[in-house]
Amino acid sequence: MTPDASQPITIGGGRNYMNISLDGLFALAYSSARDLDHIEVGDHDPQQRGFNARNVELAFDGAVDPYFEGFANIVFKLDNDNQTEVEVEEAFMQTTSLPFNLQLKAGQFFAAFGRLNPTHPHTWDFADTPLVNGLFLGPDGLRGVGAQGSWTLPLPWYSQLIFASQNGRGSTGFSFRNPGDDGMFFDRITTDREARGLQDFVWIPRFENSFNLSDTQTVLAGASGAFGSNETGANSRTQIYGADLLYKWKSSHAEGGFPFVKWQTEFMYRRFQAGHGADDSFPVAETFHDWGLYSQVLWGFKKGWVAGVRGDYVDMQDSKFTDDLDRQSRWRLSANLTWYPTEFSKIRLQYNQDFLEQNFFLSAREVESVFLQWEFILGAHGAHKF
Amino acid sequence: MKKILLLLPAIFACSLSAHAKLNVVATLPDFGSLAREIGGDKINLVVLAKPTEDPHFVDARPSFVVSLRNADVLIDGGAELELGWLPPLLQNARNPKIEIGKPGRVQASQGIRLMNIPANATRAAGDVHALGNPHFTVDPIIAKAIAQHIAQSFSALDPANAAFYEANYKKFEAAINAKLQEWGAAMLPFKDQHVVAYHDSWPYFAHRFGVSIDIFLEPKPGIPPSPSHLAEVISQMKAQHIKAIIVEPFHDRRIAEKVASATGAKVVDFSQFPGGMPGTDSYVKLIDILVSRLAAALK
Repeated sequence: MTPDASQPITIGGGRNYMNISLDGLFALAYSSARDLDHIEVGDHDPQQRGFNARNVELAFDGAVDPYFEGFANIVFKLDNDNQTEVEVEEAFMQTTSLPFNLQLKAGQFFAAFGRLNPTHPHTWDFADTPLVNGLFLGPDGLRGVGAQGSWTLPLPWYSQLIFASQNGRGSTGFSFRNPGDDGMFFDRITTDREARGLQDFVWIPRFENSFNLSDTQTVLAGASGAFGSNETGANSRTQIYGADLLYKWKSSHAEGGFPFVKWQTEFMYRRFQAGHGADDSFPVAETFHDWGLYSQVLWGFKKGWVAGVRGDYVDMQDSKFTDDLDRQSRWRLSANLTWYPTEFSKIRLQYNQDFLEQNFFLSAREVESVFLQWEFILGAHGAHKF
Repeated sequence: MKKILLLLPAIFACSLSAHAKLNVVATLPDFGSLAREIGGDKINLVVLAKPTEDPHFVDARPSFVVSLRNADVLIDGGAELELGWLPPLLQNARNPKIEIGKPGRVQASQGIRLMNIPANATRAAGDVHALGNPHFTVDPIIAKAIAQHIAQSFSALDPANAAFYEANYKKFEAAINAKLQEWGAAMLPFKDQHVVAYHDSWPYFAHRFGVSIDIFLEPKPGIPPSPSHLAEVISQMKAQHIKAIIVEPFHDRRIAEKVASATGAKVVDFSQFPGGMPGTDSYVKLIDILVSRLAAALK
């Protein structure tokens, strides 16, 4: 029997056709806010004072045959009343050997927008989603069923062009074809619209380049876009632009990958046309120009120990007409310390200071939160990208 | 943008004409040095890991994707040492020439009997490699086998230079065979002596040169030394009169020094990789230095 040409390296001596792993991520949360689920913007973030289990993830991957690889991610969450929610986070097929450095991917997947969006919560350097990601791309990230093509350019440095199209529906297409909670989004009544044409899908281009500044320093810069229609009006459109920059230094004598310094910044700008609503009843059509960014520095100072600091800011355009809890400008400062006993477990202590600014409808608010997060990984978990 | 478009045809042309040389990528510097012994100036060689860093946790830099994409040959261990960082690079590189089973993929462990294959693969035992200990290149006899494998692979892909690769292999083989006598003689007085190591990466070296390297500063592979474990190591070292503690460039030397001063032993700087220490820029020079340093410490 000929060896499987595209078999990924597996744990256990290559005797598996599929890698399976289970990741459990938990947090004990204290906050001065009782409505922690409004202060936190991510669906996998701690949602209540007390114990949280928002990410129990089953991951599968393997070589399908000489032409394709398959991946799937099923995530279980426990809600505040300990009810189980299940999410097909990702499930897709990907080519392995197209010519001209092309790759095609199709199924349900995280859009390649920015640096953080395509990653899984348990790989994050902080216990919660940055404000700009949760508020613009949605609590679950920008993901959906779709197809993506990518091309690695024939240049001496790493340069990749990615282009995807997804349905962009529901809360995973948060700023797009999302009917919102209870049929309302930004105060407008929405219809859960079926696609009228190509313009109703979300189109996501990305261009990223990486350079080695030296033997020990690497920089990666990217620009992303997401374009589609939203459901607050007959012809209302949303455009999101993103720019990201990653800098990493790692010691040439690194033990277990330490010490290192990683600095990552993402900036996003969203233009959201809010129409008159599906029934034309909302009196004012507005175009919101919102923007935000986060910047985080991680310092792995000793093998297994990482200290982190992050600043978040989101600017939501003020409106005299739209009274929506999500439309409050706000900033957040986070500091944390993580201990990785091995690469298969972690314990993290994080402090957040949130400040929500007063606007026409909502008053200012200051919130402090502390999280104690812990994680375990079982099974043949794959390696992580840079 | 226009400048890049103008450059593209030039780059295509360059890559086509430069096909005179094989593009070889080695994950680790030991494979890299063997590839250079065989390929000489007829190959373009890129080594991903630095010789001074821990090979288990190499950053999967995007520039590695470019090197792997252009590779005609990829040499990796095949024993899961690179498991933490190689797979996503390969997925992104999309180079069918270097897939497992293709002539462009050389897995150094092929045909080699690995030592210390665990009966049960459980992570409670630390970072245990399921296929066996992957730090095998440091045994010169295994290095010869890998070099021969590399020569065969280069010759198959670049038949015009097959005689050159074969001749280089013969040269390397002869050099190792001569040196083996020398190294064996140097280590003979210390047969069966015990040596302590920071990490369990030396069973093949121990087996080849007749010493016993089975006490470690790490309580389990990959687990940092704890005070209680170090106290145990110190008492073992005193009881068995162990004279040497070997550390690699990325280990915390201060821990080894503390143990050394408590026991009268010497800390010996070792490396699995040519280039990890001054004066070790070839495989033979590396083993030379390892043997002479250890012999000096054990006297």
